[in-house]
Amino acid sequence: MVHRFDTLVIGSGLAGLSAAIEASLQGTVAVIAKLYPTRCHSSAAQGGIAAALGNEEPDSIEWHVYDTVKGGDYLTDQDAAGTLCEDAIKTVIRLEHLGVPFSRTPQGKIAQRRFGGHTRDFGAAPVRRACYSADRTGLAMVNTLYEQCEKQPVMFFPEYHVLDLVIEDGRCLGAVALELKTGEICAFEAGATIIATGGYGRVFKTTSNAMASTGDLLGILYSKGMPLEDMEFFQFHPTGLLGLGILVTEGARGEGGVLVNGNGETFMQRYAPRIKDLAPRDMVSRAIITEIKEGRGIGGNDYVYLDLRNVPKKTLETRLPEIMTFSNIYMGVDPSEKPIPVAPTAHYAMGGIPTDRDGRVLITESGAVVDGLFAAGECACVSVHGANRLGCNSLLDTVVFGRRAGMKAAEQKDKSGPGMPPGAMERAREAVSALLNNKGGVRAGAVKKELQELMMDKCSVFRADAGLKAAAEEIETIRQKAGNISIDDKGKQFNTELLEAIEAIHLVNLGEAIVHSALQRTESRGAHCRQDYPERDDENWLKHTFIRKKDGEIRFSFKPVCITKFKPEKRQY
Amino acid sequence: MDKIFRIKRFDPEKDNAARWEDFPVELGPHERLLDGLVRTKEFTDGSLTFRRSCAHGMCGSCAMKINGRSRLACQTLAGDMPELVVFEPLPAFPVIKDLVVDMEPFFEKIKSVMPYLVNDEPLPSRERPQSPEEMEKILDSIRCILCACCTSSCPVYWGDKQYLGPAALVKAARFVLDSRDRGGKARLDLVSGAHGAARCHSIYNCVEACPRDIDVTRHIAILKRQTLKRGLRGAR
Repeated sequence: MVHRFDTLVIGSGLAGLSAAIEASLQGTVAVIAKLYPTRCHSSAAQGGIAAALGNEEPDSIEWHVYDTVKGGDYLTDQDAAGTLCEDAIKTVIRLEHLGVPFSRTPQGKIAQRRFGGHTRDFGAAPVRRACYSADRTGLAMVNTLYEQCEKQPVMFFPEYHVLDLVIEDGRCLGAVALELKTGEICAFEAGATIIATGGYGRVFKTTSNAMASTGDLLGILYSKGMPLEDMEFFQFHPTGLLGLGILVTEGARGEGGVLVNGNGETFMQRYAPRIKDLAPRDMVSRAIITEIKEGRGIGGNDYVYLDLRNVPKKTLETRLPEIMTFSNIYMGVDPSEKPIPVAPTAHYAMGGIPTDRDGRVLITESGAVVDGLFAAGECACVSVHGANRLGCNSLLDTVVFGRRAGMKAAEQKDKSGPGMPPGAMERAREAVSALLNNKGGVRAGAVKKELQELMMDKCSVFRADAGLKAAAEEIETIRQKAGNISIDDKGKQFNTELLEAIEAIHLVNLGEAIVHSALQRTESRGAHCRQDYPERDDENWLKHTFIRKKDGEIRFSFKPVCITKFKPEKRQY
Repeated sequence: MDKIFRIKRFDPEKDNAARWEDFPVELGPHERLLDGLVRTKEFTDGSLTFRRSCAHGMCGSCAMKINGRSRLACQTLAGDMPELVVFEPLPAFPVIKDLVVDMEPFFEKIKSVMPYLVNDEPLPSRERPQSPEEMEKILDSIRCILCACCTSSCPVYWGDKQYLGPAALVKAARFVLDSRDRGGKARLDLVSGAHGAARCHSIYNCVEACPRDIDVTRHIAILKRQTLKRGLRGAR
């Protein structure tokens, strides 16, 4: 079966839905995703979306740009950050017009709260910039954008798993996908293809990410020898529920919550004297791990407390109701009475598919693009987040750059390519059949587990040369095991085991890209913290990493950071 | 703690009818039943088929019938369940494989109630004003994750597959109650037919099943009142 659309969107989270709405104004659009649209992981976003609306106190776009650049430890491309923050205001207003149910001020405006790293007057004090819908902002936005897609002529193909992107002579012609329900392999031809598949936190053992967050399309591009950018920068969110990694929004600290160590002391004032618990996530995660390593975890264990007891109960109930529920269900803790046990959890990939500000996928660091191929959202690296993303800038990124990609992609609709080459579906069929018939005897679950534990152990908040080298070697062993994955389920219909095996192979590839990128960057910047190179090194490393693998060999190249207004300074809060 | 997972299985390519299979599963009391299902699939029987994604009650994928009740496997902890845990696919929807049901009939109903904000008035340059009190009216319904626990538990839906069902009615109510929406009449017409809100018999199974604690029946009651009022006005 071959489908034909002007624009093909892969992924149905906020970036994909935003792109689809925009592209549907100009042509036919298909959205294919391995989940039903509302099952995407954008739904789990809690705290808010940043925009300098100034509804609660004075704010400015320039402060927002500055915070984004500084939050990203000056690896942020400043032209892109400018686009992000300038578009933020009209983006949030447009979301409201589409129906997003934001929380409101007594005057009926969109309510705003404090969030990590968002400040007034270039770092003077926290500012209320996060627009929110209680602590379920992602769900509110996903539902609204999905509803709007149903109003538009957007065709959804839920539970289709992309097996391959078809790129010939520098041009993307569409994708080959497996329809989960039937097991049939089909092709989607399109004038433009937009990748919007989200994150890949499942490369780590403890993560806030959904089980579906496996970075499949990044894995596909990497295995085609295409570059990935800044893969060494992976953000650990400071407050994941202990053991589970389920996110507890930074909004909890924005509403007045504090982190407390085993001695019963707050500790963030020692790491970020000015904005304390509202420092950027990379700093707070390092502070927590440092407290734990120095024996000040709770009862000497690997966690600290997030204490919300000083937040009025009414505020907890109206602005953090999901957190109240999660803590109750999973920890047996009522946050108004007891502190919540938390530890850092793998949360967000700053790195990903290199793109320009219109979402065009770059194939070289000098700016050559793949015709007809776009990426937006967490899977992409524009780069607006640099070495560390600020909270509330990701929802903003998905909608701003999802829209821009959708607009640009729709312009390509008349440039129809030569159509799917005859071998494309056959190649995918053969790959699936090879996987189904592999008698190697290794379980995909075992491969994933080994990888996730390794990444957590050697490539998480703190990294060093010896650990990374060992990890690089071990990943090679894991890769060999992944080549021997066997599948119990030989059936065609709804074969989720087959998909999990494919996902595991992609995760191994991404683990490799992360470890090798981390190994070569001999400095500490943002979320990438090398214990053996504790300082930021602007002289040698103020540049983006491009990693690619060709003929089994990993190669690096670099792209300069776009600096317009804010010269790199020492990053203090 | 040791559990027995008794799972109702059906492979459309092999089985003529559903069959039961038991798996011994070891779970800590604070672990989720979903953790047990995932481990069983990853390390015991890869063909065991179920949907899952976020694993903390936000995406709605892992809705299934567990010990007789529609609920999310990721929101049910081992410590709260007896030794024998019985898993079945969500009732009232066609089974595709094991615990996976066909969600299309469910989403078709959602799509049929104009599930989007309707407002053709000129757009202001800033946000449309909405007071906290107005916003509070939709606070309950916007929490829906479309997991289908409610609709699959509804005895009326079991008997009348054309009935819109609780989830679609909550979606309609979400817009009917939104001070910014102007789709009122047209949407009320859509939920006022023989298979609409009036079909609800206030059995409250939906309220009991909802993993998000949404007062589903209250929303349907609001639609009943509004459609009735509109019907009476129409008759005059």
